Formats: sequence, structure tokens, C-alpha cells
Amino acid sequence: MLEIKDLHVSVDGKEILKGLSLSVDKGKTHAIMGPNGSGKSTLSYVLAGRDGYEITGGRIVFEGEDLTEMDPEERAAKGVFLAFQYPVEIPGVPNSTFLKEAVNAIRRFRGEEEMDAIKVMKMLREKTKALGMSDEMLKRAVNVGFSGGEKKRNEVLQMAVLEPKLAILDETDSGLDIDALKIVADGVNRLRSPERSALVITHYQRLLDYIVPDKVHVLAKGRIQVTGGKELALELEKKGYAEFVEEAA
Amino acid sequence: MAVTAETAERVKSISGDKYKYGFVTDIESDKAPKGLSEDIVRFISAKKNEPEWLLEWRLKAYRQWLTMPEPEWAKVDFPAIDYQDVYYYSAPKSMKNGPKSLDEVDPDLLATYEKLGIPLREQEMLAGVAVDAVFDSVSVATTFKKKLEDVGVIFCPISEALERCPDLVRKYLGTVVPAGDNKHACLNSAVFTDGSFVYVPPGVRCPMELSTYFRINEKNTGQFERTLIVVDKGAYVSYLEGCTAPMRDENQLHAAVVELIALDDAEIKYSTVQNWYPGDENGKGGIYNFVTKRGACRGRNSKISWTQVETGSAITWKYPSCILQGDNSVGEFYSIAITNNRQQADTGTKMIHLGRNTRSRIISKGISAGHADQTYRGLVKISPKADGARNYTQCDSLLIGDKCGAHTVPYIESRNKSAVVEHEATTSSISEDQLFYLRQRGIPEEAAVALVVNGFCREVLQQLPMEFAVEAQKLVGISLEGSVG
Repeated sequence: MLEIKDLHVSVDGKEILKGLSLSVDKGKTHAIMGPNGSGKSTLSYVLAGRDGYEITGGRIVFEGEDLTEMDPEERAAKGVFLAFQYPVEIPGVPNSTFLKEAVNAIRRFRGEEEMDAIKVMKMLREKTKALGMSDEMLKRAVNVGFSGGEKKRNEVLQMAVLEPKLAILDETDSGLDIDALKIVADGVNRLRSPERSALVITHYQRLLDYIVPDKVHVLAKGRIQVTGGKELALELEKKGYAEFVEEAA
Repeated sequence: MAVTAETAERVKSISGDKYKYGFVTDIESDKAPKGLSEDIVRFISAKKNEPEWLLEWRLKAYRQWLTMPEPEWAKVDFPAIDYQDVYYYSAPKSMKNGPKSLDEVDPDLLATYEKLGIPLREQEMLAGVAVDAVFDSVSVATTFKKKLEDVGVIFCPISEALERCPDLVRKYLGTVVPAGDNKHACLNSAVFTDGSFVYVPPGVRCPMELSTYFRINEKNTGQFERTLIVVDKGAYVSYLEGCTAPMRDENQLHAAVVELIALDDAEIKYSTVQNWYPGDENGKGGIYNFVTKRGACRGRNSKISWTQVETGSAITWKYPSCILQGDNSVGEFYSIAITNNRQQADTGTKMIHLGRNTRSRIISKGISAGHADQTYRGLVKISPKADGARNYTQCDSLLIGDKCGAHTVPYIESRNKSAVVEHEATTSSISEDQLFYLRQRGIPEEAAVALVVNGFCREVLQQLPMEFAVEAQKLVGISLEGSVG
């Protein structure tokens, strides 16, 4: 599904990722843990294609295609979804309008027929209901005046609507209380299937109690330092990152 | 509602018939020579077989125009206009000279019509295609006319109104925008060729938006257009001017005047979508749109609401205003102005509070992209007698790119201690974060910009009648094409 090989990425001339390699198979959920400043967010942005993240070496292959030259919207259409750490406000644009645009832009890209407003609304209502969210969420302007928890739930709703093949969750747990965390985790778990993969980027082990990963990677100093099973997360929680980072040094 | 070109032809023939017989036969030329003089003014008036008082009114305006200075306070920049190099009268062009079919029409224009979702027959109409005169057995326009006549609403070209109801025209013409108001209005008073007249009798709620019909009717009256709308006691009308489709016009100078009069408990809703040719990327060849629009809330509890979407023209100079004379009267101004490339717009409103407990509301959304420059200029004036007057103004500017400009110039003059005047202004730009977020969800960059801008304009778009709002939303996106990336 996703194959990252010896990836080097610079931001403003400073190298952040220094030869990162990672491979995620179809249907698998991997967690990436690491201390602050290790390059976690850079990895998520570079996968999504954000401007300003210069790939100086290596490659990213998604479903057999090289992603590195694709625009963000093209990657989205291919099935890459990034749940943002800080979801962005779009004043005056109702969530439902935004999602309708997104759904149809992706359908157009894939050469599928667009969905009319009525069908989209029906689908959106079903999704919100399944996630235990209120319809009210659809009428409000995208993320405007949303609490931290609501913003994260909105990310999960968008993910449920767009049904990506690869979901990247960038610190989706930050700023969530335990109830919100459960709702978010539940939303992610619902999407798990033999066809879909996920990359869960997190600072803490807590989220992984609810989204149980197939593999855990430790990212430090711009590279994957250690890879293990879900028990690695617990070990990290006890020992801290220091040991792993020092090993790398 | 879609109007077919057949209907349009029919409308032409209906309003044209009476008109034709009104002509003075010894004037055969259908085009006056270039330039402006008393003779030209007389020629226009004679062509239209106007009453003596109107000719005198025109001549008086012309003489005054000669002495008036150009308004120079607006933040717009263009070479001096050579008024002697302009044609002031030409009869509507025969359809025979137009393209024979849409195949002969500029593909760029057609692409825009397509994006706006304008029906095929209407496209032909707008592009000036010479269509076969095969009429629908039931013409939409005649149905309209019948419906309006049944309730006593008069809606016709102003030249026709001079025959049907000369007293009404004489009573109100020039009473809101006097001939000498400003140089552009003065020119219009001297040489206006046509425009619309509306009268809604007491207690009548006009049964339809005066819109679709107008879209056809408007043709060839664009340059020096004169509109007069009188809404009698307790009556209501919603009037839509303009068209989202780009209008081609060979005349660079446009100077229109619109006057609205609302009597006791009357309400007028006036919506405009202006998309005149803005010129090329360097601003060459675009229309100068110098418009004077003003409404008088003469009666108690009357209300006038202006909504405008300004996306076209090289230069826009326009301040739809309200004179709030009647006690408890209400004035509203909702505006979206979009400037791209080299476009310049200086636009805003004036709210003149004269009566007690008068209220006004101004919501202005300015979007600037490319090398465009845009100014909101507004005046809120509270007279000493306007006890309890209330104004709320909100001016938001959105910048796309770093070579455009947005300016806000609010004038507030309050001479009454009990008045409350509020002004809020913001300037923002479309952030890279917003664009990336939308693109990550699959929305291509230009569509993402359109979405953010539509969100920014939402409060104003919501004021537009439904059928217009959908087209206007698309127009917002189209106007900004090429502004990013």
C-alpha cells in the first residue's frame, strides 16, 4: 500500500527527515511515536503534499505510484487522507457544502458521476448518525467556533465520508478528553478493513489503547529508530523516548 | 426561470411596435455623429418623440454638465475621457448583423456561459445570435405582462412610460438624483437613451421578481441607462438588474442613473449583478462604469435594500445610497465587489438619516486579486432631527496575492446625540493553511479559492433572490480564475 524509501525532506533548507523508510501493508494500521521535533508532522505533511516540504532524496510509493510529484488534491483523489492536528477554519462555508464539494471533486477526478445535493445530504446524515454526532455539525461553518474536541470529531466525520485508502492521523488525540478520544477512536476503527490502511501519529500511548496498531515505529531524529508490535508502545510509555533516541545517537 | 430567445424576440416586437410609430419620420439616420452638443441632445429627444418639458430638462442638464468638474476624490486612475469621441445615440442594432449561430460566437464567451449554467436559448440571446422568428404559442413575456397588468403594476421602458403615464414620470424623474448631482449623473440626464420604469400602486405586492424579463429587455440600453422605480404606499417590489453572463459592449463609457422612491410602508429590494467587460489582463479596453444609484425612503416605515455583486468593468464608481426621510424608515446595502487583474473599484454607499428612528445596515465584502485596487467608501450621516437613528456597518476585505490593494474609507457625520453608529472593518487574506486543507480533501486550488471567497461573501449572497444567488456563486469563482498559482 505505502512504501517510503530513504526519504529526505528539508524545510527552509533545514533537513528534518533524514533517510526515513517505512512500509505499510494493505489493511494494516501502524503507529508512529516520537518525541517533539522528531519529524512526525513533517512526515504527515509530506505524505499529503504540502508546499514548502522539499524532498531532497528518496521516494514515496502509494499503490504502485510515485506520490512525490502529485498535487495534494490528486493524492486525496487517490485515497490519501490527512486528519489534521490543527483543523483549519473556513468561515461562511457550511460543513455540508464543503463535504459536497470534496466528494464531488474526488468523484470527478475518478471519472465518476457527481452526486446531487439530495443524495449527498442523505449520505452525510447517515455518516453523522453512525458516528453518534449531531446533524447540527453539518450546518455549521467548517471548524468555526468548534471546540478542540469538535474539530477532531469533524476530521473523523470527513474521513468517514471520503473513505480513504490510507488515513494519516496527525496527533488526533491531542487536546481530547477521554470521551472525545473514544468517539474519535471508534470512528477510526469503523473504517478499518482489509482494504484500508492507517498511519496513526501520536505522542502518547493512550490513543493506542483504543486504536490497536499492528505495528509501532519510533521516529526520532528524522528516522525510524525501532519497529515493534503494539507492546512497544507500552514499553515507551514506561521508559520514555530517551533510551531510543540515545541508541540512535 | 429560463427564457427562450423566441420570447425575447417577442418582447422586442411587443415593446417595439408602439415605439416605432412614435418616431418623427423626418429623422432617418439611426446613429448620431460622434460628440456632444445641444444639437445631439435635441436629436436624441426628437428621436424619442419626447415631450417638450423633457427636452428642456435634458438641455438644462447639458448646460450644467459643461460647467461641472469631474469627480476626482475616488481612488481610481484612468486617462481623461474625451467626451467628443463618444457616440451618444445609436438605434438598437438589427439582429440580422449578429452571428448566425453559436458556432460563430467567441468560444471563450460560450465557455463562460456554460460554467454559469445559462440555458442554450438564452445564450443565443446574450451573444446576439440572429434567431428565427418562430414564436412560442404562449409567450412567457406576454404572460408576465398580463400578470402585472392585472394588479396594476407598470413595468416598461421609460420611453414607453412617457406615453403611458407621463405625469408619473414627470413627478418623480430627477427628484432623487437631481440632474446636477454629479458630472456623470448630469451627463446621463442630458443624453439617457432608455431604461426601465416601474410603478407599483398602493397596497400591491408585485407578484413576481422583475428579473428574467429585464434580462432580455436590458439589451442595448446599457450605456446611458435611466431607471425610475416608484413604489406607492404599502406596496412591494423586488427588482433584479443585470446579468451574471459577461456582457459585450463596444461603448467604453457607461453612466447610468437609478432612482428609487418608496412611499409610506413601501419596500423596494433592488439587486444587481454587474459583469461588464473588465478589459484584458492589462486593463485595456474595459468598461468605465460610473453609476449613480439612490433611493429615497420618502414615507414612514418604508424600506430600501440594495444588494450588489460587482465583478466586471475596468473601473467601477458606484455608491447605491439611501435617503432615510420618513420616520422609522430602513436602508440596507449589501455588497460584494471583486476586482482581479488591473480592475479598479471605488464603491460603497451613503446612508443619510433624516427621519426619526431611521435605521441603516451596511455589509460590504471586497475581494481583491492580481494587481487590482479596491476601495470601500461610505458615508453615514445623521441629521439633527434624526432622533434614535441607528447604523451598523461592517466592511470586510479579502486579499488574494500580494500585489493587490484594499482600502476602507468610512465617513461618519453624526449631529444627533441619541444616534448610535457602529463600524467594524477587517482585512484578511486566504491563508495557505486554508488552501492546503481544502486541497487535501480533494478540492482543486481554484475551486478551493472560490469556496473560501463564497464563504466570505455568504451574508451578502444570502440576500439575493434564489435564482440569482446560484449564478452569483458560480460567478464569484469564475471572476477569480487565474488569481492563484
